[in-house]
Amino acid sequence: MSDLSSSNRHPDFPTAAKVLLEDSQLRKNVKHATDVISGKRASVTGELPDWQQLRESGSRIREHVLRHLDTYLVQFEEALTRAGGKVHWAADADEANRIAIGLVQAHSADEVLKIKSMTSEEIGLNRALAEVGIRAYETDLAELILQLGKEKPSHIVVPALHKNRQQVREIFRREMGLEDLGHRPEDLTAAARSYLRERFLRVPVAISGANFLIAETGGVCIVESEGNGRMCLTLPKVLIAIAGIEKVIPRFQDLEVLLQTLPRSATGERMNPYNSVWTGVHPGDGPQEFHVILLDNGRSGILHDDEARQTLKCIRCAACQNACPVYRQTGGHAYGSVYAGPIGAILTPQLRPLREEASLPYASSLCGACYEVCPVKIDIPEVLIHLRGKVVREEQSTLAGKLGIWNLGMQMAAAVLEDGGRLHAAQRLGRLAQKPFVAKSGFIERLPFLLSGWTKTRDLAPLPEESFREWWAKRPVRKNGGGM
Amino acid sequence: MRVSLFITCYNDTLFPQTGKAVVRVLEKLGHQVEFLPAQTCCGQMHWNTGYLREAVPLIRHFVDLFRDVEAVCVPSSSCVAMIRDHYVKAARETGDQGFLAEVEALTPRVFEFSEFLVKKLGVEDVGATYPHRVTYHASCHSLRSLQLGDIPFRLLRQVRGIELVDLQGLDQCCGFGGTFAIKNADVSSAMLAEKAVSVLNTGAEVCTAVDNSCLMHLYGSLHRQRTFTRTAHLAEILASEAS
Repeated sequence: MSDLSSSNRHPDFPTAAKVLLEDSQLRKNVKHATDVISGKRASVTGELPDWQQLRESGSRIREHVLRHLDTYLVQFEEALTRAGGKVHWAADADEANRIAIGLVQAHSADEVLKIKSMTSEEIGLNRALAEVGIRAYETDLAELILQLGKEKPSHIVVPALHKNRQQVREIFRREMGLEDLGHRPEDLTAAARSYLRERFLRVPVAISGANFLIAETGGVCIVESEGNGRMCLTLPKVLIAIAGIEKVIPRFQDLEVLLQTLPRSATGERMNPYNSVWTGVHPGDGPQEFHVILLDNGRSGILHDDEARQTLKCIRCAACQNACPVYRQTGGHAYGSVYAGPIGAILTPQLRPLREEASLPYASSLCGACYEVCPVKIDIPEVLIHLRGKVVREEQSTLAGKLGIWNLGMQMAAAVLEDGGRLHAAQRLGRLAQKPFVAKSGFIERLPFLLSGWTKTRDLAPLPEESFREWWAKRPVRKNGGGM
Repeated sequence: MRVSLFITCYNDTLFPQTGKAVVRVLEKLGHQVEFLPAQTCCGQMHWNTGYLREAVPLIRHFVDLFRDVEAVCVPSSSCVAMIRDHYVKAARETGDQGFLAEVEALTPRVFEFSEFLVKKLGVEDVGATYPHRVTYHASCHSLRSLQLGDIPFRLLRQVRGIELVDLQGLDQCCGFGGTFAIKNADVSSAMLAEKAVSVLNTGAEVCTAVDNSCLMHLYGSLHRQRTFTRTAHLAEILASEAS
């Protein structure tokens, strides 16, 4: 498991998935959680007669932003500055971490509160803070579970989705030193509450992410379910928000669409329990210093790719993760990235070197369930194929790649399929070549090399004695038939 | 109507009985079926695996061959999805305006078998008899790309003697996904295991679909488990008559 800022290599998707598929408890947890959220999502989107129009509007708002990102980012900076906040620009993860550390150190703080933020996971913020002796406290319940359990998120919205209640209790009991902690959900939330409350009152600096940055007003919008986020936004003296540059939206009014589609897609709720918009600094009320770090970290490179640009429309609802039949089997850790599931499979290989993440665009059966649920209509299968094309072109640029079994097989297949006569010859050859592999059952039960993956769990019927084209050629020409 | 059959490379090679069934149904309805033996493959495997450049000659071959036909009927929704969803883009990327125009003119005349019957020919009852307990698996492309909706069910409901049973988790992928089944064999197998349980839970004798690719995948597991549940393409059911 590595975050996006590190260059640590991790196992490719099939290898990581193979290990996770053996964890039956994890699979049960993931399946249960994604079933529950998907079911809730289906009912609250199904009740809206204009759901498809909302998706279309959300898509257009986000598309428009990406086409005019330079304009809206500058507008956001101007508006936030007028409101008493300060914008910092970070080209990459290191720069974002340096800015954040500088701001914390300027207040001589050695502790910070954290609001759930995937962007801070992306840049490895907690580790960078720890390296300079600053302790970060995750305040989102799920993030707290993961921090105490020393784990990484496996889901964008529900980061500890792979854990069940008993596993959470065990982590709390061990890490909080609560020997007689109860088993009920109320016992666990009470334990988290008393652990966190004390820190809310003590720690002077909070770091958040952002769901939306409003260019028109300079506002930062955060939606959440627990209220701990709002606690972090109101109690500390200093607030630092770290957000990807693509998070900006033009107008306050655009929230009308996005705050309908985001909660319905993310948690299956009509509205989030807590919707907060922070706009600058207000004397005597809330944080007296407000910083926004705008992070590029590879995003501007994606803007140049006409096919893949739509990746940045994402509003991080994770509906694609819940709907994805691949994610539902493996959970998020198989992707080796903070962004898992279908969106991770297209986003991560674009934020990081493609050759190190080459297995991710292939971690999909292209079933299209992700596109169907996406509230901003990102055609994820289309982008996956586009990225597969890039992977293949990169592979073909080296001699080893050219001589690789996949490339050779595909070139051979392409040559055969260019001509009906060659396909016919291949069919005849195949019938001979398969003979040693046909088992007593009359089926192929074991194949060598690449194809062994198929026969590990699946039999294969042998090629029939006569292909369709052979049958057709022997067919007498009919009066009403169109024999050739 | 003169109908040109695009059998698809894998049906041609592995499932000739499906092609024969399509011919039988269409001729029974009084249509003239032609088969152009120069045909090969729509290019889907190469395209979806990222061999985009290699798919283009296959696409050109398809377009050259079927350019002048009245209608192309294809017993595979995923091949039709390839043609409808990706041909225009592939042609556009070649920069060849003539090719693009040909693709745009041809694709509206390409139909998946069940939609050809119901939408183009306006037929739901093809006079079939099939006295078996059957469940229908909706392939992802038929569901989400072609959006066939209830079209296959409208055809199946007219079949004499058939007992249709609903498949739980109809919108869940069987895990085939072309080269995905090999590149991610373990995840694919895990998805398949769930689908096989759903199919067995129906107690159906036969699982049908409009794609033999899913059925080949599913039967791979059903046969490995030595169950008695079979698979059959929708065309084979519609071609069955009382014996």
